[in-house]
Order: sequence, then C-alpha cells, then structure tokens
Amino acid sequence: MLKIKDLHASVDDKEILRGINLEVKAGEVHAIMGPNGSGKSTLASVIAGNERFEVTQGSIELSGEDLEEVSPEERAHKGVFLSFQYPVEIPGVSVTNFMKTAINESRKAKGLEDMPAKDMLKLIREKSELLEIDRKFLSRSLNEGFSGGEKKRNEIFQMAMLEPKVAILDETDSGLDIDALRIVASGVNKLKSKDNAVILITHYQRLLEYIVPDFVHVLHNGKIVKSGGKELALELEEKGYDWLKQETAV
Amino acid sequence: MAFENNVDVEHPVHDVRMAAIKNFEEKGFPSKKEEAWKYTSLNSLQKIDFSIFPKEQNALEYKDVKRYFIHEIDTYKIVFVDGIYSSYLSETTHDGVDICLMSAALTKPMYKQIIDVYFNKIASKDESLTTLNTAFSREGAYIYIPKNKMPKKPIEILHFSTGNEASLLLQPRNLIVVEENAEVQIIERHQSLTSNDTLTNAVTEIFAAKSAIVDFYKIQNDAATASLIDNTYVDQKDKSVVNVHTFSFGGKLTRNNLNFYQNGEYIDSTMNGVTILGEKQHVDHYTLVHHMQPNCESHQDYKGIYSDSSTGVFNGKIIVDKIAQKTNAFQKNNNILISDKASINSKPQLEIFADDVKCSHGCTIGQLDEDALFYLQSRGIPKKEARALLMYAFANNVLSTVRIPELKARINKLIAKKLGVNLGFDL
Repeated sequence: MLKIKDLHASVDDKEILRGINLEVKAGEVHAIMGPNGSGKSTLASVIAGNERFEVTQGSIELSGEDLEEVSPEERAHKGVFLSFQYPVEIPGVSVTNFMKTAINESRKAKGLEDMPAKDMLKLIREKSELLEIDRKFLSRSLNEGFSGGEKKRNEIFQMAMLEPKVAILDETDSGLDIDALRIVASGVNKLKSKDNAVILITHYQRLLEYIVPDFVHVLHNGKIVKSGGKELALELEEKGYDWLKQETAV
Repeated sequence: MAFENNVDVEHPVHDVRMAAIKNFEEKGFPSKKEEAWKYTSLNSLQKIDFSIFPKEQNALEYKDVKRYFIHEIDTYKIVFVDGIYSSYLSETTHDGVDICLMSAALTKPMYKQIIDVYFNKIASKDESLTTLNTAFSREGAYIYIPKNKMPKKPIEILHFSTGNEASLLLQPRNLIVVEENAEVQIIERHQSLTSNDTLTNAVTEIFAAKSAIVDFYKIQNDAATASLIDNTYVDQKDKSVVNVHTFSFGGKLTRNNLNFYQNGEYIDSTMNGVTILGEKQHVDHYTLVHHMQPNCESHQDYKGIYSDSSTGVFNGKIIVDKIAQKTNAFQKNNNILISDKASINSKPQLEIFADDVKCSHGCTIGQLDEDALFYLQSRGIPKKEARALLMYAFANNVLSTVRIPELKARINKLIAKKLGVNLGFDL
C-alpha cells in the first residue's frame, strides 16, 4: 500500500532522511522507534507532503502512485492521514465545522456532493462515541485551550472521521495519561482493518502494549538501522538506544 | 465664494457654520507634514474637482441596492442618494424615538432644545476636516432615543453615490443622542455605485448618557474610486457602554478618526476593527480614548490582513488624566501581511498621568503560520481555503462582539468573499 524507496529529504540544505526503505501493506501495523533527532517526525511530515522539507532522492508510492507532485490536501484525499505531535489551534472554527469542511473538501475532490447534514451528524455522533468524546467538546474551537490529551484524542477522532488508508500517528502517546492512552489505543484498534495500515511513531514501548505492531523499525541518523517483530520494541525498551551508536559507528 | 448662494444665512446654526468655515480657511486640508497625517496623503484627492452640491437626485430602485442592506432583518432605514434624502428607500419613525433627518432636526423648532445642547458640542472645532463638514454639511441622520427607550429594531444609515456628477464630495452629518438607560444599534454604510470619484467627509456625534448602550457598526466595503474620511466623536457619561466596530474591506482611501471622551465613571468603551485590503487600497485607523474620570475601561482590538500593494495605518492614542485612577485601557493591533508589497504602520501613543492604572498595548505584524497551513491541508482542505480559514480564525475575536447575528453572518460572508473562498459552512 505504501512503498518508500531510498527516500532522502532535507530542510534548509541539511539532510535529515538519508535513504529510507519501507513497505507497509494493507492490514499491517508498523512502529517506527528511535532516539530524538533520528528523523521520525520528518519522515511522518514528508509522507504527508509537508513542503517545508525537500525530497532530494527516492520516492513514496501510495497504492502504486508516486506522490512526488501531490499536494498535502490531495494526499489526504487519497487516504494519507497524519496525527500531529503538536496539533495547531484554530480559534473561531469549531471541531464540527472543521470536520465538515475537511470531509466535504475530500468529497468534492472525488466529484461527490456534500455529505447531507443528517449523515454528517450521525457520523460525528458515532465517531465521537468511539473515542468517548463529549458533545460539548465538538462545538469548541479546534484545539484552542485543549489539554495535551484532548488534542491527541481529537486527532484520532479526525482519523476516525476521515477513514484513511494509511494513518501515521506521530507521538500520539506523548502527553497522554494512562486512561486517555487506553481510549485512544482502543479507538485506533477499532479503526484498524485489513484494508488500511497504521504507522506508529513513538519513543517508548508503552503505546505498543495497546496497539500491537506487526513490525518494528529503528530509525537512526535518517536511516532504518534495524527491523524486526514486536519483540524488538521490548529489546529497545530494555537496552535503550545507546547500542545504536556503537553499532552504527562500526 | 461660489457656495455662498447655497448657504442659508438665516439658518439656526449659521454662526456655528461661519466659525467652521473660518477655521477651515485658515487650516486647509491636512498635509503629511502633520504628525496625525504622516502616513496618509490627501494630495491625490485634492487634485480632483469635486462637486459639493449635487444638481439633481438619481432615483434608485430598492431591488438594485437591496444587497447593501441587512435585508434579512427588519430595520429602520435612513437612506441618502448623492447626499439627498431618499424617502422612497427610507423608513423613519417618531414613535417614542426620533429616527429621522438632520435637516429636519436643524430647522424644526421641536428639536431646537436638543440641537442647542448637542449639535457640534463634541465634534472638534479645530480639526480642519471636521470643520469643513460643520461648514457645509446639510444632511445626515438624526437619532434621539429618550430615557429608558430602545427602538424596536436596528437602524441602518446608508449613503449611496450614483455617479450623477463626475466627482462628488459628500459631507453627511449625524447626531445620535441616547438618553439615560436607553439603547440603540446602528449600522452605517457608504456605498458608491459608480466608477466616478467620490469623497465622503463624514462627521458623527454620539452622546451616551448614564447607563446608555450604543452599538455602532461601520461597514466600509466601497468601490475602488471611493474615499472616506470618517470623523466620529463619542461622549460618554457614567456607566454607559459604547461599542464601535469598523469593518474596512474596500475603498480607495479610508481614514477613520474615532474619538472617545469618557466624561463619567464606570464607562466601557470598545473599538474593534477588521481590515482586509488588497490592490492599492489604503486605510488609516486613528483612534483616541480620553480617560477623564476614574474607574473606566477601554478596549481596542484591530486586526488587519493586507495583500497586494495595500497599506494600513493604526495609530491608537490613549490619554489617562491624573484624576482617572483605576483606569483599565487595553489596545491590540495584529496584522498579517500577505504580500511583500503590502505594509502597515502601527503606532501606540500612551499618555498616562495617573499612577494606579492598567494599560496594555500590543502590536504584531506577521505572515500566516506555515505549520498551521500544513495542518489544515493535511486534513484535505486545499491551500486557498486553508489560508482563508486561518485568516478567518485570525479575525474572529473581533467578530465575537457583534451583537446582531444577521450582521455577523453578513460580515462573515464579506470576509469569505474578500478572501476569495466559499467555505463549506457559515463561519
């Protein structure tokens, strides 16, 4: 479904991704772990099409289509979703109105009519229940004054609404207490299917107890230096990342 | 002088007018040498040969100008076409309140008492453009709300210019007196329907007595050949609340001289503005709040979005007299520049003579947040709409104080239109 080949990307002439190879098939959950500054968030941003980063080499394909010339909004329409580490506050635009706009823009891109208001309300109700979101929350301005946990839960609510093919969750576990983590993880698990894929970007193994990955990759200095099954995450938790430095120095 | 034939020497305010003419003759049009006009030049306007007294009235059909009214709701209407009252388009009243014409108020004996007490009492006798208006204005809105009264519906004051003259100078004069515990909502708009040049030099005097509430909304979305100099003077007594909103979305040159004088205690004054300009448009917000008594508040929040070669000025002056202890005065001016050629000059001027006060001012000039833009795009919202959504969010604080929902909806639509997008929901 998502095929990344020899991906190099830089910002302000500084190379951050130095040849990433990754293939994510439908139905799979991949975890990308690694120390701070290894390029995890950059990889997430580049997949979602952030123009702040320049792809200097390599390619990203979604269902066989090269994404090189595809804008962030078009990637969203094609089924890429990024749950942000730091979601942006938009005062004056309610969560509900924001989601209406996002969904209808996506439908417009596919040549569909706006979703009827009744269906939209039903969808919002279903998905907010999935994430145990209070209705009052939906009329608040997007992310404005939200706690860290509320922001993350809202990101996964948006994911539920948009039903992406590939969802990248960037540090979704950070800033979450254990109850919120459980709700978010159970939401993600319910959204998982054989037709979509999830990429979890995380620093810690904690999230992976709730959302069990099929594959774990270790990112270091802009490259995937090790891949394995879910047991690799436990190994990392135990050993930390110091061994990486030695291993890659060799 | 040519206009002497047009001046009625028997008029009750003749002496006031003569003094004003004298002042204007001495001072003339303000120039950029004056500090208050440093960033706004009237030179190009002075080169135009404006007609002061229109020869005849052009008839307008309501259906042709309906869109300039807040037609979703019922309102009183005081409408002028090329400076002349249009009874056909207007809806005035004398039912408990007076919502009518300045010309009537200035000549009919029944209004004499009010005119004597209020007319030209707060308007500057020194500022040249105000005195130019005092000298030559013939028409405008007269609104008198007696004690404890509130009109049944908001009042719209509309000035249309039709291009009957090659270039027209309009000088409307409004007097608004709101007595104790009375309330009024007013929407004012100047609209040119022609590509001929128009210049409006308007003066509005607002008197808010004890505990009165006044909401005044100025819609400035005029044609590219229309310029406006608006001089508004507000006098407030104890516990009164006056809110002036200025929406500047168009016009060639707009200067807003907005002056608040707090003549009492526990007064609340609010000045909010949203400016969205493009092309070569220019707007200059020149505000003054004079805190003359203790325990009062003033709030200023001006947001500006400038694209193309548009230019803006915000000059906010706050004076706190020595006696005016416990004053809270807040001022904010935030701007987004969309293009490299657009510019804004923002200048707070604080003169504080009391020691127990809270005064704050803040000014920002920036670009749209790229991270925020990416966030919206990553949810499938195209760049253009995402930019509009962010700009809307930026201007939104100012709209939250608009108390007429239909007007708010209208302003939202104007903003969306101005930003060139059709968002999927009513903002």
